[in-house]
Amino acid sequence: MNPATLLEADQLAVRVGPRWLCCEFSLRLHAGECLVLLGPNGAGKTTLLHTLAGLRPPSAGRVALEGRDLSSWPAGELARQRGLLVQQQPDYFAASVLETVLVGRHPHLGRWRWEGPEDVELARRALAQVGLDGFEGRDVLSLSGGERQRVAIAALLTQAPRLFLLDEPTNHLDLHYQIAILDLFQGLARAGHAVVMVLHDINLAARYADRVILLDGLGGVLAGGRQEVLQAEALSRAFGHPLRHIAVAGRAHFIPD
Amino acid sequence: MADAHGAAAAAPVGQASPLGRPLGRCLGVLGGLFVAGLFAFVLALHAGEVPVSWGDVAGAMGLGSGSGAAEVVRALRLPRALAAYACGALLALAGTLMQILLRNPLADPYVLGISGGAAVGALGAIALGAAAWVVDGAAFTGALTATFLVFGLARGDGAWTPTRLLLTGVIVAAGCGAAVSFMLVMTTDIRVQSMLFWLTGDASGATRPWPAFLLLLGGLALVLPFARDFNVLARGDLSARALGLRVERLRLLIYVLASLLTAVAVTQVGSVGFVGLVVPHLVRLALGNDQRVLLPAAALAGGALLTAADTAARTVMAPTQLPVGVLTALIGVPLFLFLLMRHPR
Repeated sequence: MNPATLLEADQLAVRVGPRWLCCEFSLRLHAGECLVLLGPNGAGKTTLLHTLAGLRPPSAGRVALEGRDLSSWPAGELARQRGLLVQQQPDYFAASVLETVLVGRHPHLGRWRWEGPEDVELARRALAQVGLDGFEGRDVLSLSGGERQRVAIAALLTQAPRLFLLDEPTNHLDLHYQIAILDLFQGLARAGHAVVMVLHDINLAARYADRVILLDGLGGVLAGGRQEVLQAEALSRAFGHPLRHIAVAGRAHFIPD
Repeated sequence: MADAHGAAAAAPVGQASPLGRPLGRCLGVLGGLFVAGLFAFVLALHAGEVPVSWGDVAGAMGLGSGSGAAEVVRALRLPRALAAYACGALLALAGTLMQILLRNPLADPYVLGISGGAAVGALGAIALGAAAWVVDGAAFTGALTATFLVFGLARGDGAWTPTRLLLTGVIVAAGCGAAVSFMLVMTTDIRVQSMLFWLTGDASGATRPWPAFLLLLGGLALVLPFARDFNVLARGDLSARALGLRVERLRLLIYVLASLLTAVAVTQVGSVGFVGLVVPHLVRLALGNDQRVLLPAAALAGGALLTAADTAARTVMAPTQLPVGVLTALIGVPLFLFLLMRHPR
């Protein structure tokens, strides 16, 4: 096995009830790379992401992180290696932004340890990275959707895992922050982390993906390099709408016909 | 929004605790609540129908010679004050735990039908004219039965969501309520008075406070190591699992413990209302939602509040003794409405 392989899916298949979301496929994700999961609504992108996170067992095959089967990782140790940005940020109680972001330090702290100044420093830096400096004392219940999403991203950065799993990281974000956040994660990938993300926007996928998994919603999977998977024909079939490929400034774009 | 948050935001960054709230303030509030509890406790020993001097109170505590008045304090007021303190703390702690479990700030210790089950047991025993200890035993059995019933039914096909748990609890509580009404209607003599006292919550029969106290200390010792896990749990099951929590186990711990704390408290003082709902709220407003601070603070505040309320119940209309539940509701309802008005969501 390549030593730089971070995440490995081997003959992986995912089923919910009687329905196969994706048939067996294999894929390796190396440190430094960005993998994008694409597919129509209800195709199983989130379920697949949770499977890759080790939060649900694969229906067939195996998923390994750093060569070790996900099911054999102790939960706390796994939480220091991979972090998940969930699709919805539920807030049941009032809490300050800093408190919410510091939750990311949980797997790094012993049972009786309180967050120290170094943890607060990490949290502040993460908030600055998502453009929320000065928001530390704000109540999360008073934030806008986009701000709340960036708080969740800051919490994930504070968790500081090697592998980032992002479920629609651009949710609620305006165009500026969509690009800024995806740039941020691409930068982290280039610095030795790895990123797996669910995206809806094919053009953002074309811009940031090194590898792509395309689910067609019927169980079919296309997994491979960006050039290989992002073809107008396969995308049109998966999304059920004809798409045309055009190149702008050397970059692939897909526009609906 | 809340003053607590405003104050935190205004605090100079360098002096803030890791969580953005001045740590000294948290410790100060914990200390203040402890002192308030002591004060309420001493007042409970002093105040009452039989005049008792401060010297007699000290005498009863073993600090001086005993006298007749000291005997009143030792035999009657001391166990009752201890029971009120322990049960107030148990209910507030259980309420805080239920709010974590159901992720609902409006949850209280009775929301899952525990007090309903206890009431069916206790009233059934009273209707049969049973002795006080049988009533206690029946209340405890009823509480545990309701707990297991709700747990079993809500678990059903394996899914165990807060919504499902809440719905099952509310339905079981409604069933218990019907049974309670039936017993009240069918009972026509003086026993109705005992039943109403039990239902409102009454500490006059609490003579053995130590089991409740030991459970309180044991319960706190059990939950405090998990307090930060509870903070993570508030971020939702999925995020909590991704952060390494064993969510199912943790929820089971909360459910079993909160049920046990409530069952013991209800067995001692009946279904006293509002302590388990209002105290966690008040403390949360003052200190925020960090369970490491909230859990012990709620216990201290609940103990102080119920001790003070029970003293008032014994004295405001003396020689008539009111059930303490009337007092906690009279204090709790306007307080809660006031808080709700101040925090429009």
